[in-house]
Amino acid sequence: MTMPKKHVLSILMDNNSGVMLRIAGLFSRRGYNIESIAAAQTENPEVVRMTIVTNGDSATLEQIDKQLSKLVDVREVRVMTSENSVKREHVIVQAGNSEENCASLIQVANLFRANIINVSEQSLMLELTGKPRKIDAFIQLVKPFGIKKMMRSGLLALERE
Amino acid sequence: MKLTGAQIIIECLLEQGVDTVFGYPGGAVLNLYDAIYEYRSKIRHIITAHEQGAAHAADGYARATGKTGVCIATSGPGATNLVTGIATAHMDSIPMVAITGNVAVPSLGLDSFQEVDITGITMPVTKYNFIIKDVSELADTLRRAFEIATTGRPGPVLVDIPKDVTAAACEYTRKEIVKPDNYYSLSADEEYRQVADLIAASKKPFLYTGGGVISSGAAEEMAKFAELVDAPVSSSLMGQGGFNNRDSRYIGMLGMHGTVVSSKAVSDCDLFIGIGTRFSDRVIGDIVSFAPKAKIVHIDIDPAEINKNIHVDHQLVGDVRCVLDRLNELVPPQDHTEWLRQIDAWKEEFPLHVAEDYGDQVTPQYVLETLDELTHGDAVITTEVGQHQMWAAQYYDFKEPRQFITSGGLGTMGYGLGASMGAQVGRPDKQVINIAGDGSFHMNCNELVTAYKHNIPIVELLFNNSVLGMVRQWQRLFYGKRFSQTTLERDTDYMKLAEAYHIPSYRITKKSEVREVLQKALRHDTPVLVECVIDRDINVLPMVPAGAAIDKPILDIEIDD
Repeated sequence: MTMPKKHVLSILMDNNSGVMLRIAGLFSRRGYNIESIAAAQTENPEVVRMTIVTNGDSATLEQIDKQLSKLVDVREVRVMTSENSVKREHVIVQAGNSEENCASLIQVANLFRANIINVSEQSLMLELTGKPRKIDAFIQLVKPFGIKKMMRSGLLALERE
Repeated sequence: MKLTGAQIIIECLLEQGVDTVFGYPGGAVLNLYDAIYEYRSKIRHIITAHEQGAAHAADGYARATGKTGVCIATSGPGATNLVTGIATAHMDSIPMVAITGNVAVPSLGLDSFQEVDITGITMPVTKYNFIIKDVSELADTLRRAFEIATTGRPGPVLVDIPKDVTAAACEYTRKEIVKPDNYYSLSADEEYRQVADLIAASKKPFLYTGGGVISSGAAEEMAKFAELVDAPVSSSLMGQGGFNNRDSRYIGMLGMHGTVVSSKAVSDCDLFIGIGTRFSDRVIGDIVSFAPKAKIVHIDIDPAEINKNIHVDHQLVGDVRCVLDRLNELVPPQDHTEWLRQIDAWKEEFPLHVAEDYGDQVTPQYVLETLDELTHGDAVITTEVGQHQMWAAQYYDFKEPRQFITSGGLGTMGYGLGASMGAQVGRPDKQVINIAGDGSFHMNCNELVTAYKHNIPIVELLFNNSVLGMVRQWQRLFYGKRFSQTTLERDTDYMKLAEAYHIPSYRITKKSEVREVLQKALRHDTPVLVECVIDRDINVLPMVPAGAAIDKPILDIEIDD
């Protein structure tokens, strides 16, 4: 048994109806925690790849891995570590409440090399891709400008060859 | 050849060798029931009083025969009525295919009449489920359903089929079904060697069998293993019959209502081998004091069971029969005369049945021991859930697998009558007896009509104590004798009830009547009901309270009211 910590799982599964429900249902009924979940079709439309960020001790991680692997639709479960994989997150955020503070907001965006993807009179919509810690830092700095709404993709992870 | 979806369903059942199904018709399965009519010479359909009865019957059929049980229900309430039966099969890893109708595909999702999302509802209680929206996928999906139900660790699979899919026509070609090969092990040779070394080094080994011994058909291999290891053998509720109860090495069940011998032996052993089991909380009790001196070895086909409820030292993952075959080759014969002598001394000191003087009162122990004697221990015993279930497990000596059919994991009151009918239909050569309590009986006693109508000659042996005995026992021990809602005293006239269903019946109120009445009841070739009136304060003992240490079972409960 170890202390609870964050774990990232990459799951490859058949694109059958209800497959998201099966995964989410497994986590909820067995009391496993989901911090983020991101899923979409792969190059093969019959296959979905999902990245789940969860929190738990090593025994819980072992159970999550085995219980997921038991699901009929699941083809492969891999635990993503910083050594074996690349992790990224994407965020879209709308912020700003005056022309002046928008100008300063652009400076923050430039600092992070975030893209401005929409401009309205009193606010900007920015996008940024990066490691979760970078996204956290970016949001921290954007916050004082007044975040109107934001959407994070959840963590995406891929194993290195 | 071109067939309708409904005909394809029946053809697929025939491919699988299914000759009996349990079900109940309705609007969404009209097409399917039309095909059942058409194929009536090839497939027997048993209509139950309630879909729950059909699900339990399919489950009982599967447990008694080892084949996959099949039940059918219509959409909406028909489908939801199956859910308890499906969950029961799921908890006990029973192969079952449940077929439900649904509203036509264009009506799905519109809250149509008798529409329910049964795949959504049953997701947590099935091994897998399908909804088939295209008739061209029907045959292969049904084949896949049977394959999933029987591969690896078995379980129930639900297939939901909208009405228009059963009406649509499609090309069908019969396929020969190859049964899945479950004889495999995922563990490396090195792991086998380690376990063999542990066994060779052990002075006090302890073998514990679960339902996996039965579902893998490993009774012979288990007997051989026990002989080689020369160890006492205990069983879970689900494992009953996996090892001959009459064998001198058998020491009774382990856990909440296990024997004192098992409790003592598990606390003293230096090697604990769990075989085809999931280490239920009802067995372990307090995890810290469970087998404290022992290395634990876990054998199971499901890798997810390893280290789930208890941390084990070694694991062998695979089909129990396969794993035991390999161990039987590796392990040289052991000799544990001294350890077994200690076991025998405990057996002597702590017999399961403490003879109390109940005079001419009927006791369940006496009834079950007499039943065991009269049936030569050969009957198939099904049960409901409660005290009578534990007594049946304790006092009937099972010789072989598939003789004891009970809802172990889910603990489903109302399971037994349906299950007994399924078992009897699957094993017409066997005497099938359902042991019931009056609480459980009232849950699904409507199925007596099914037993009568289809002349399924089960014996319904009803222990009537007018209370919910097991809950009462807990209330006595842990709730200051506040018998909340458990004193039923319903005054049901079971003789009249049986008569209404045209079922012969007997009532036993004295010990001296037991033998004669049981003899009579066992001679009937129709269903028969026997009511045994027993005292409401006979408790199930020994008892290890939930989560308590297994080495300190309660042996006596004082009745002072």
